[in-house]
Amino acid sequence: MGTGMVPSYDPKAAVPPGTALEPQAKDDVVMDCDIKELYYGTFKAVRDTKIPIKKNAITAFIGPSGCGKSTVLRCLNRMNDLVRGFRFNGHVKYRGKDIYDPGIDPVAVRRYIGMVFQQPNPFATSIFNNVAFGLRINNYKGNKTEKVEQALKRAALWDEVKDKLQNSGLSLSGGQQQRLCIARAVATDPEVLLMDEPCSALDPIATRRIEELMLELKDRYTIAIVTHNLQQAQRVADKTGFLYVDTTQGGRTGYLVEFGNSKEMFENPKEKHTRDYIRGEFS
Amino acid sequence: MSDGKPAPAKVPSNAGTLLHRAEEEAAKDPLAGVDFRELELNLYKPRTMFSIILSWIVAGMTLLALIPLFAVLCMLIWRGGRKLSLALFTQLPPAPLEQGGGFGNAILGTLVMVGLATLITVPLGVLTGVYLAQAGDSRLAAGVRFSAKVLTGFPSILAGVFAYGAIVLATGGYSAVAGGIALSILMLPTIILTSESAIAMVPAKMKEASIGLGATSTQTVLMVLLPTAMPGILTGVMLAVARAAGETAPLLFTALFSNYWLASNGHFDLMQPTASLAVLIYNFSGMPFQNQVELAWAAALVLVVLVLVTNLIGQSFSRQQVQQ
Repeated sequence: MGTGMVPSYDPKAAVPPGTALEPQAKDDVVMDCDIKELYYGTFKAVRDTKIPIKKNAITAFIGPSGCGKSTVLRCLNRMNDLVRGFRFNGHVKYRGKDIYDPGIDPVAVRRYIGMVFQQPNPFATSIFNNVAFGLRINNYKGNKTEKVEQALKRAALWDEVKDKLQNSGLSLSGGQQQRLCIARAVATDPEVLLMDEPCSALDPIATRRIEELMLELKDRYTIAIVTHNLQQAQRVADKTGFLYVDTTQGGRTGYLVEFGNSKEMFENPKEKHTRDYIRGEFS
Repeated sequence: MSDGKPAPAKVPSNAGTLLHRAEEEAAKDPLAGVDFRELELNLYKPRTMFSIILSWIVAGMTLLALIPLFAVLCMLIWRGGRKLSLALFTQLPPAPLEQGGGFGNAILGTLVMVGLATLITVPLGVLTGVYLAQAGDSRLAAGVRFSAKVLTGFPSILAGVFAYGAIVLATGGYSAVAGGIALSILMLPTIILTSESAIAMVPAKMKEASIGLGATSTQTVLMVLLPTAMPGILTGVMLAVARAAGETAPLLFTALFSNYWLASNGHFDLMQPTASLAVLIYNFSGMPFQNQVELAWAAALVLVVLVLVTNLIGQSFSRQQVQQ
């Protein structure tokens, strides 16, 4: 970030960044999210956000609090359907199919696009039952024990819990609980994993483990993560989208400022807002 | 930024003078101005005195409130305990001037009618509770919740009169079924309201986790909400059962009383007048025969122990929920 950078406004960068990506990597994009306007009741929460999510990569959403990054993430598996007054203009395409199409069952969508939440939220039941939950709701006929073991191994939790699978999931530490939730989400083999600030309730050591885990998981899954930790986005994400809050129209509407390769964005952000945000965090 | 700069410069200069003064004072003698006698415990200080007196009053009031409970228990054990024997649980009530006898049929009758009422109310009440917890503030939910709250204070004798009109007159006679239905009217609101609050207490993040994994609403209710809320729901059921077991008025109109076992022609039969502990106590305590009066005391003791045990079981469930 030298003095040589041109601080003036570059009109080219205002073009939705996702468009530039499409030709080179069309097959790579598992989810194509294009939110024109998103409302909660009369409150316009997000506008003009277009983020393509690449297969077997980690896409991070960063930005200040209240910029709508979690809201955007929750659009990707229709978790926002639970919020009363949620309205949405645009499309979210999963493998070319709009998941907001009236003919689509949101429940089925969530089975392909799993979610890990900010607060570790295991069920008040045994570790085994927690992981087997997804298998049960899908009427999985095969060997559950095997699947549970596989999922716990993928979540790097197996060695710590293999002797106490019947203990309550709530007896684990916060970091272990979060890895249990990841195991629960991967047990049903979703294609995409959405993570909503998965480390914000964890200490630095547990955070480090989850980050390592994400890097391991991306070989098998496509991951989208919301984080307010810039270093985290830098460490794990291949692509990063920066969202910012627009207060000019009276409300607090979030929108996508910049999207691109993480390395580029952190080393050489194109937009002034991005630069201010990243600099503010570091200096 | 340019016009913002002078303002922050002013604030420190203002605060600086105050800070400096405090620092200067502290530098002279850090402990100056601290009166250490203030820190000693002094019973004659009005504030301390007042606090101690109030603590004693509160403790005294608590003991006073416990007196009726223990007085009743002592009296029951004293007067009913003498008569306690195995025969009470196996024999039928004696005829006037006859010695011995028991109230096995009344214990059975109470258990059967409360059991029937539980069978009716648990599915109905718990499912209503699920609806209320899920539908939140819809108009129907608000109406149902209001009705349930009104019903908790419903005079039990009216539940009896209602069941008399609706069941006894329609079926042509007093019966255990009519008694069970009358009791269920009294149990229903408690079960609805406790189920609702138990389900509403399940952390929202657990519900979110379930839906995020692709569970349907039905799966979420059956596999996450109900199991997690179960201790709370069971507490409500136990409280309702304990209340119903002690009710007399609704049974007077519906099950009446019987000196015989719950059977006709040697077969178990729910459609005939049925004895219950509460009505037996009411009937026998007013009789001029010593044996009957003593049986009433013993029945009262048995009933209180039954209610106490159900309450204790209910509380142990609610403690489990707290530990989660």
